[in-house]
Amino acid sequence: MLILTCPYCGVSGEETEFHAGGEAHLKRFGPGSSDADFESYLFHRENPKGVHFERWRHVSGCGKWFHAARCTTTLEVFGTYTAQTSEPPQSIKDAITAKRPGWTWRDFA
Amino acid sequence: MSDPVSALNRVTFDGFVKVEEMGPRGMITLRGDHALPEVKNAATGVAGVNFPGQRECRVVEERGLAWMSPDELLVMVPHGEADTAVASMESDLDGTHSLAVNVSDARAVFRIIGPGAREVLAKLCPVDLSPEAFVPGTIRRTRAAQVPVAFWMVEEDVFELVCFRSVAAYVFDLLKTAAIPGSEVGYF
Repeated sequence: MLILTCPYCGVSGEETEFHAGGEAHLKRFGPGSSDADFESYLFHRENPKGVHFERWRHVSGCGKWFHAARCTTTLEVFGTYTAQTSEPPQSIKDAITAKRPGWTWRDFA
Repeated sequence: MSDPVSALNRVTFDGFVKVEEMGPRGMITLRGDHALPEVKNAATGVAGVNFPGQRECRVVEERGLAWMSPDELLVMVPHGEADTAVASMESDLDGTHSLAVNVSDARAVFRIIGPGAREVLAKLCPVDLSPEAFVPGTIRRTRAAQVPVAFWMVEEDVFELVCFRSVAAYVFDLLKTAAIPGSEVGYF
């Protein structure tokens, strides 16, 4: 069971109060992009064993979307942060580095 | 005009706590930036209570303000005053990016009264209801079994809970089951 803290209302709730929204920090490639970029945007997802970034929604609470950094093997949550960003904040990266030195995820490290 | 009728027409249940449906309550959803003085003034003007902080709910009788999310407030007034309250807020908010909607008839309100009230809600909701964590004046939006609800503590041993009107009977059944005499857990 994941325990997530919503960065908007400050509630620490268990995962049944939230809804998973898939991988975080996707860059959209729409009309005019190359076939390869569009295919990658539409289909290619990370499936890591370890550090992962996801979108979640506080569906039974304040209704806001946010980001979460967690470990897929231990269900440890490194931190949650605002949805209004295209990259995890440094504090989240530092928190992950403290627990999982040398981690990488797509272009982040 | 016809009389307003609430979802379950003030049904009550006496278990190890008392559960009652409260009848019509004026409820207005106000969306806007909480930091704006226009939004603060519009809300406090009709509700007559202080502006709530994060996850706070201030209720006096039928009037009150509840913090629903960083940009949403629940404004409570007596049922008959809801439309005038919306009009008054809209004139206060003229020119401000905001939204006020009368949602009174979209919801049902329950009261859970008695020393076991924390326990009844704790059986249904994934929320820490210990006396240290959940104090009077706190609001929590969560789920009760399978449906979304919000509840707040009016005073010690008295909770008010709101849910969508369409699931009022389901929520009342849940509360009744959780409050059946003999099912006390005695945790809190």
